[in-house]
Formats: sequence, C-alpha cells, structure tokens
Amino acid sequence: MTRYFSQEHEWLEVEGDLGTVGITDYAQGQLGDITFVDLPEAGATFGKGDSVAVVDSVKAASDVYTPVSGTIAEVNAALGDEPELVNTDAEVGGWLFRITLSDASELSGLMDEAAYKDYVDSL
Amino acid sequence: MNAVNASGWRPSMGETGEAGEKFVTSSGDYGLMLEEALSFELGSSEKCGVDLDTPARPAAAGLSKFLRKAAPALPGLTEPETVRHYTRLSRQNYAIDLGPFPLGSCTMKHNPRLNEKMARLPGFADVHPLQPQKSVEGALEVIEQLADWLITLTGMASVAMSPKAGAHGELCGLLCIRAALDARGEKRDVVLVPESAHGTNPATAAFAGFKVQSIPATPEGRVDLDALKAKLGPNVAGVMITNPNTCGLFEPEMKAIGDAVHAAGGYVYCDGANFNAIVGKVRPGDLGVDAMHINLHKTFSTPHGGGGPGAGPVVLSEALAPFAPLPFVTRSADGTVHLVEEENAGEGHAQAFGRMVAFHGQMGMFTRALTYILSHGADGLRQVAEDAVLNANYVLRSCEDLLPAPFAKSGPCMHEALFSDAGLAEGFSTLDIAKGLIDEGFHPMTVYFPLVVKGAMLVEPTETESKAGLDRFIGSLRSLAQRAKDGDQSLHSAPHFAPRRRLDETLAARKPVLVWQGHLGEPGTPSLSEFGGS
Repeated sequence: MTRYFSQEHEWLEVEGDLGTVGITDYAQGQLGDITFVDLPEAGATFGKGDSVAVVDSVKAASDVYTPVSGTIAEVNAALGDEPELVNTDAEVGGWLFRITLSDASELSGLMDEAAYKDYVDSL
Repeated sequence: MNAVNASGWRPSMGETGEAGEKFVTSSGDYGLMLEEALSFELGSSEKCGVDLDTPARPAAAGLSKFLRKAAPALPGLTEPETVRHYTRLSRQNYAIDLGPFPLGSCTMKHNPRLNEKMARLPGFADVHPLQPQKSVEGALEVIEQLADWLITLTGMASVAMSPKAGAHGELCGLLCIRAALDARGEKRDVVLVPESAHGTNPATAAFAGFKVQSIPATPEGRVDLDALKAKLGPNVAGVMITNPNTCGLFEPEMKAIGDAVHAAGGYVYCDGANFNAIVGKVRPGDLGVDAMHINLHKTFSTPHGGGGPGAGPVVLSEALAPFAPLPFVTRSADGTVHLVEEENAGEGHAQAFGRMVAFHGQMGMFTRALTYILSHGADGLRQVAEDAVLNANYVLRSCEDLLPAPFAKSGPCMHEALFSDAGLAEGFSTLDIAKGLIDEGFHPMTVYFPLVVKGAMLVEPTETESKAGLDRFIGSLRSLAQRAKDGDQSLHSAPHFAPRRRLDETLAARKPVLVWQGHLGEPGTPSLSEFGGS
C-alpha cells in the first residue's frame, strides 16, 4: 500500500486499483470542528480534481476534490452520525470515500508523505 | 431563586461584595438587565390573548380525519405579555442604532432617517402592485429615476431592477449570460471564480447550472491574471469577479481581465457588493463589466441585516441588455414612464429571458435608495467612497503592528481591513477576539472569511463611523489582540457580560434542537417527526 497526498490536503491510499481518500490531519486542524460531511453516491464517476464531497465545519464549508479519476466504490457511512471522526481520526477512521482508479498514471503527479510534510511546513 | 427561562444559560450577573458574598436577585433580572423566558414557558395553551366568538356552526365540517383531536400546544399570551416578550428580547440584541457593526463584506452602515420618512409617504408606502398604472405614476417615476442614477454611476447600458437581493442579482446576471449564449447558439458550461470572490459567486454559478473552476489568488491577494488566461477557452461562459475583492483590495487588472475574457468569447460578471468603496470614482462599465448587481441595502443605505427585504438591481452592458428580465420601467419619448410586461414587450424586448419575481421589485428599498442618492448628490456619493476607504485604512494602519495584516504591503486597502490570527499565544484564535469584542460592546467583525487567509478577521468600518468612534473600536481591538498575545485565559471564556456566555457552536451544528421540547409527549402536541425531526 502506498500513500499519496495532494496540494488540496487530501490523502489517498492505493491498494491495487482501489484508492481510499480522506482529508489530512493538517486540513482538519485548519477547518476546526467538523459538523457535517456530504458524500458522493457510490457508482458516480469523477475526473481528477472534481469536487466530490463537502466538509462543513464551524468555520466554513469546504469542497473535497478527488486526487484521481475514477468511480466511487464506497463511502464512509459512519460519518453520517459521527462527522467528528474526521477531526479525531482524519487519516484512518475518518476516510471519506473509496474510488476505483481509472488512470493509475495520475498518481505520479501526487506527493509522498515527506514531500507533503515539506509542503505543509512551507505554508 | 425563582428565575425565569429555566432552559437558558445565564451568565453570573451578580456582583461580588467585599466579604465575598454574591448578590443575587430572586427574579433573575438585574436592574435593567432583564432575563426573558421562552414564549412556551411564559404562555399556556389554556390562555388566549384575544376574545374569539364561538363559531355559529362547527368549522370542522368536511375536515374528517384531518380534524384535530386536541388543541395545538401553542403558547397563549396576552397582548402585554407578547409586547414585553419581544421588547425584552430586542434589548438583548445588538443593532446598527446601538453601535458600530464592523462586519466585513456586509456594509452595515447607518440608515438615514430621511430615507424612512420618504418611504413612509402614503403614495409610496401604500401602493399595491396590481393598481392601474395611471394611479402609480409617481412610484414608477421613482423606479425610473433610481434606474437612471444606477446606470449613470456604473456607466452601463441598462439595469434590471426586480432582483430582490445580491445573490438574486447574481442569478439574474448569469441567466442573462446564459440567454446571450443561447442566442449565439453556443453551449459554454464553465464559470471561472477567483478565490478572492464572494462565497455566493460559486454558489450562484452552480445553481445556474454552470461548472465552477477556481482561479488562485496571487500572494498580494489579487486575481492571478496568468492563471485566469490559462483557463479561458471555448467552454468558458464567463468569469465572476468581486471588485473590490474580499481581501479588501481593488483589482487593478480588471480591464485586462475583461479584455481577455471577451476575446475568448465569455462575459464578465462583477459582484458589486463592495460598490460603496468606488461609487463616484470608478464606472464598472469602463472596466469591461457585462453585468453587476448593486446591493441597495449596502451601498445605498437601505435597512439590512434584520431579515427584511433587500434589493439587488443588476446593471447590464449593451451585450446583455436585450436579455434583461421583465417587467421593467421605461420612459417614453414624451417623458412619461410605463411598465414593460410580457404583453407589450414586442420586438424590442422579445429576447428577455423571462421573469424573476411576480412584480417590479422592492418599492420601499427603491424609495430609500433614491432618497439617499438625492440627499448626497454626486459630490456626496464620491465622498462616501473616499470616507469608506479612509476609515478602513485608518483601522488597518492602527492595528497592523499587533495583528498581522497579510496584504498590508499590497498598498492601501479599499473599504475593509483584513487581519489574520497568526502570532497569537498558543491556543488563541480569531474566535477569542471576536467573542471579546462582544464584551467590549461591539458586534464582532466577519471571521474566518475570506478563506485564503488563516483565521481571517475582516473589518469594514463603513463611511458612517466618526474618528472618535473608530478610535474606540481600535482601542478595543488592540486591547484584545494584546490579551490574546499574552495568553490571557479569561479571553477563552468570553463573552462574560453578554446575556449568554460562549455557546457550544459545534454541538449546536452537529445536534441542533430546532423545536420546543418541553411539551413533548403531552396530548395534542405534534411529535418531532411532524417537523422533520426524529
């Protein structure tokens, strides 16, 4: 399994052609307490960079962009009752959706953990 | 203690004496600081404030299964109880008539009383939209004169007066753009929106059926022209730009942006919510704008923020004017004014995209806005812009040594000053300063917007605050910034002197309680599910 990061602060963990996507711990810290997560429908198809989910916090409503193109395989139903999982466990239990990748070559444009850390430090 | 409002969360208002004893009252009120119960707690479903006759025949005939089995559990109050209830609640509120309201991007400025006097003249206040035109020529004249001023001030070709709010005006502008594209036989589905635009802009574009693409801001807080040019193409319907933008800065590249968008076949929508910073100074029509809404409840001082009606007329360029919605007021060659509706739109306005509202707009707002314009005159309106900009720069330069101002180096700001919460003590943020302002007797500024700045604090003092008033506000803001830098823990629990202490905003958003729950389970009370709850 390899973990990738985007400049929009999404993380993506890839296993085979299935990617799990969430927002990073840094992103949840910036957003503050999360109150609602609007997730896509399973089966919907999106292109890289499309807005696929919305995370509402006490400060703002923020779009979540998919870092890769593909079809939504599954969404994290637990967030319906417990949106705070995105705050408490952003990079594991607070995952947002799983997407079946349609173009694995898009992964090369994403950052690895070290590069993302440098990117956050530069902000 | 027999305090009212048992479900409320009251501050501890009582003074502490020399011996440490706490002075409390048995009523829960403290002199002129009056507590107030919920109307459900005050009233009773057994009580009724009016004396209703028993109907001569049962009203229930024909209702069959829809007939109520018990009276609804509405709080019955007498008239004096009702009057006192709302008057007491109003005393716990804050209003522009009590003090400064520095909400950035909202332009909460003084509403001149002359506006109110004119709006209450019976010939304007009592007109009905279905009256014969002959009997409302004066009202139509007001609409036409105001339209003429708005066209002159913006340098545009025409104006749609009927939209009833800023976002409604945005929708009107985008529907004009869509109609113009349809007339050209082109299908363009992308609207570009810079990060420095108002939050309603992408929402409007999405609502109108366009795909939204974001344009990044430069480090100076302005539109990145190269990034915008790179996105232009045959699929781009237009761009929505807020100018002055939400970083409080003028977009000096506006003309170049407009030229590039036009060359690519698109249209330029400008969010005119911040027009008070440039009115009388800049004509958006000269900058290549095709459509711009003007919030009469901001720039032209009509009441705002109380949930009352707004008005968002949209000025249009030659290219979009033929598509303006019906109805509108026009002046004939003989000088008389009349309405253009579907039945007389004829060839001249056959391309109108339709109608946004049933009637002609917000008459009360039109009367107030025209009064404001005529009482200021052209020179006075120019001074409005100058004073708005001067006041904001005074706040910016008076606080930038204590509160980081990320775009302070980008030159003078326009009508609003933008600060960030970087550099406060560990654990302190914008929210603490905003809550502290309540204790200081001010309405908080706009917080956490725009999103491009961490912990944004957007302050719009407006042109109607005096220097003495600004100095008081600046003194409070500086004091709060210093306390937050010093790690003063008492700021974390502010406000201390408001009718309610700091609310749990997270819990309120995650688990909102939207209906009175005290009567749940009593006979005749609707269940929560009837309100959509569970």
